[in-house]
Amino acid sequence: MTISVESLSFSYGPKQALQDVNFLLEKGVFHALIGPNGAGKSTLFALLTRLYELQGGNIYIDGQSIKEQPSSAMKRIGVVFQQSTLDLDLTVTQNLLYHASLHGISSKEAQKQIDNELDRMEMKTRANEKVRGLNGGHRRRVEIARALLHKPDILLLDEPTVGLDPQTRRGLNRHVRKLCDDENITVLWATHLMEEIDINDPIILLHKGSILLDSIASTMIEKSGEQNLTDAFHKLTDSESFGGAQ
Amino acid sequence: MKVSASWYCFKGILIREFLRFVQQRSRFLSALIRPLLWLVVFAAGFRAALGIAIIDPYETYITYETYIAPGLCCMILLFNGMQSSLSMVYDREMGSMRVLLMSPLPRPYLLLCKMVSTALISLTQVYAFLLIALLVDVEPPLLGYLTVLPALLLVALLLSSLGLFLSTRIRQLENFAGVMNFVIFPMFFLSSALYPLWKMQEASEWLYWICAVNPFTHAVELVRYALYLKLNTDAMFITAGCTLFFAVLAVTGFNPQKSGK
Repeated sequence: MTISVESLSFSYGPKQALQDVNFLLEKGVFHALIGPNGAGKSTLFALLTRLYELQGGNIYIDGQSIKEQPSSAMKRIGVVFQQSTLDLDLTVTQNLLYHASLHGISSKEAQKQIDNELDRMEMKTRANEKVRGLNGGHRRRVEIARALLHKPDILLLDEPTVGLDPQTRRGLNRHVRKLCDDENITVLWATHLMEEIDINDPIILLHKGSILLDSIASTMIEKSGEQNLTDAFHKLTDSESFGGAQ
Repeated sequence: MKVSASWYCFKGILIREFLRFVQQRSRFLSALIRPLLWLVVFAAGFRAALGIAIIDPYETYITYETYIAPGLCCMILLFNGMQSSLSMVYDREMGSMRVLLMSPLPRPYLLLCKMVSTALISLTQVYAFLLIALLVDVEPPLLGYLTVLPALLLVALLLSSLGLFLSTRIRQLENFAGVMNFVIFPMFFLSSALYPLWKMQEASEWLYWICAVNPFTHAVELVRYALYLKLNTDAMFITAGCTLFFAVLAVTGFNPQKSGK
């Protein structure tokens, strides 16, 4: 399943948040979306998930416009938002059943899927605990399990590791990469933590609402003349002098 | 939109609302205590001051407690409708509204499910109140408990659609206090919930007219008549019309962009 973003523009009143954004996400590949705060990452996520209405340009999922086929687009997308969206006073299973029902899945079928996903996330033993009692890493695992319940082809994660310790961050990142390999899921992982990006990952660098670079991470390092991704990122986004990167 | 998928979706929203309601026991208690205080304390003081003549739908002289019971049922529904508005604003601020909006089902349908779920949960509280009201001799006919059900459901839908409409207009949780002052209190006091309209007319003609055009007055009268096995068609059509009006306003005014911010 591919996502094609074409000439996407969005503004909050007079303030332009995204300007002529174009990129393509390949099927079954882990893509990293990076950019400093205020670059437009969250706005892009809100548009990809239909939280915001498209203003200019379009988004296609396997050739189908999300503007014209919103329902079929939503069936194919799983999302983990930056801010936790779990109901803290409900149990893990209750949260997951709620999500499944919103996707029109019967509770019997959902229960099977919940067992599978929680098992995969090593969270099965916590199924009947209230979310309030889980730590940040476990909550994130539940959110990923939830995003996969309706068997999406695309997984969008908006800074999913914010507030987590390095070990948990690595574990989650590894897990999502495994999903790409095992389930052929297309992933867009937004982050500003360069250690979460592999040298061979396709990378989209968003800066001030525009795409500064759409390439492989190693190419970004090469073009910046730096030694590593972190330095390359700082150089590109601080100096703003990087020309012809796209 | 598949019928089975729509049903699972509605069931899921209803269960979630119910679980949240059960977990917030204080909400259930306060929803009951508020009208009970009116019924026991306020009515005790007013009983002597306010004589109620024989008026439709009652066939004999009634106590003041009996008179205000339908209004207090509607008060429960009013507060619950506004509570649902508050919880929509809270969900929007906390981000959990996004889970709802990620559903592939049409958004107007999701909002309708929310409204109906809120309405059904409110009904359990009204029946709990009516049972307790038996202790102060508010004894409508037994069949009245059944005939009042569709009336209560319609009123609950009216008030939850009003609540949903308000939630589309309220930008922040802090602004909710304004709803108390500008919606709940005027709607309740400027209605026939606490005193018959002719009493209000005796006191002030313009106040009477405000009460007469207040949709809440018609909601109260619909419930009052239904509880005593009568149908007030005017009240029914006005309540149904207002429900439709606010539901359309709520659905068309709902802006996902506000929810995503």
